[in-house]
Amino acid sequence: MSAPAVELLFWDGCPSHPRALAELRAELAAAGLDPQAVAVREVRTDADAERERFSGSPTIRVDGRDVVDPGGEPVLLTCRIYHRRDGRISPVPDPQDVRDALRRALADHPRTPPE
Amino acid sequence: MTLAIGSPAPAFSLPDTSGVLHAPGGAPATVVVFTCNHCPYALAWHERIADVARDYAAQGVAVLAINSNDADRYPRDSAAAMQERVARDPADWPMPYLHDATQDVARAYDAKTTPDVFVLDAAGTLAYRGAPDADSDDPGQNAAWLRAALDDVLAGRPVATPQTEPVGCSIKWKA
Repeated sequence: MSAPAVELLFWDGCPSHPRALAELRAELAAAGLDPQAVAVREVRTDADAERERFSGSPTIRVDGRDVVDPGGEPVLLTCRIYHRRDGRISPVPDPQDVRDALRRALADHPRTPPE
Repeated sequence: MTLAIGSPAPAFSLPDTSGVLHAPGGAPATVVVFTCNHCPYALAWHERIADVARDYAAQGVAVLAINSNDADRYPRDSAAAMQERVARDPADWPMPYLHDATQDVARAYDAKTTPDVFVLDAAGTLAYRGAPDADSDDPGQNAAWLRAALDDVLAGRPVATPQTEPVGCSIKWKA
């Protein structure tokens, strides 16, 4: 079995990434995945942001796919605006959105049953 | 340099989204809050700060919201975007939204984040600086730290907790 590739991109001008990483690791553990298997990358410059198509901190991708579609948000060194499922504005994604992204990815990475 | 609790707060005069100038002073307490349009922390706390403006208006408290961000790099913080935001729902803005285009006021207050909250007493002395409350994600916090500071100032008491850590997006300084 191959595990999904999980990335967390952050910009240091925004204080939300430690919480985002902790919540992401909790969701990975709950899904039976290695909570330490997160590629954490800092986006420091506008050039980094352009290269990474980074529309705000934190950005979490599973198999290259953003856990929340950034829509038309511009590439920018900024804090990203998320909406919780109850409508509240938040600096981090709703855990359910992370859970759903991991579930989709796991469906693409079927576990091999033991022989 | 960080503005010390108990020191005189810097004077300023800034235009709101209609061009009317506002300055701190003349109120039993004044809240100066650095905020903006593009930051999730500022947006999440906005309603709680607006509630404070409404709830303390009868006691004469003035609330001045200031946007100091570099609007060239962050167009959502332009003067036009500020006007649009206030015009979109005036009832949601029970306080003037001031534009600090030169960033001089943010520098004078040593503002760090959006939001960054300062409470001045009737004499213009800094009585509280920090976050509105403990958690931007929890509306139930109801800007408790800010309200407690205002209650102390209005009662003529020293503020029990005069300083907390401001939390939010960094102020976007011009290059």
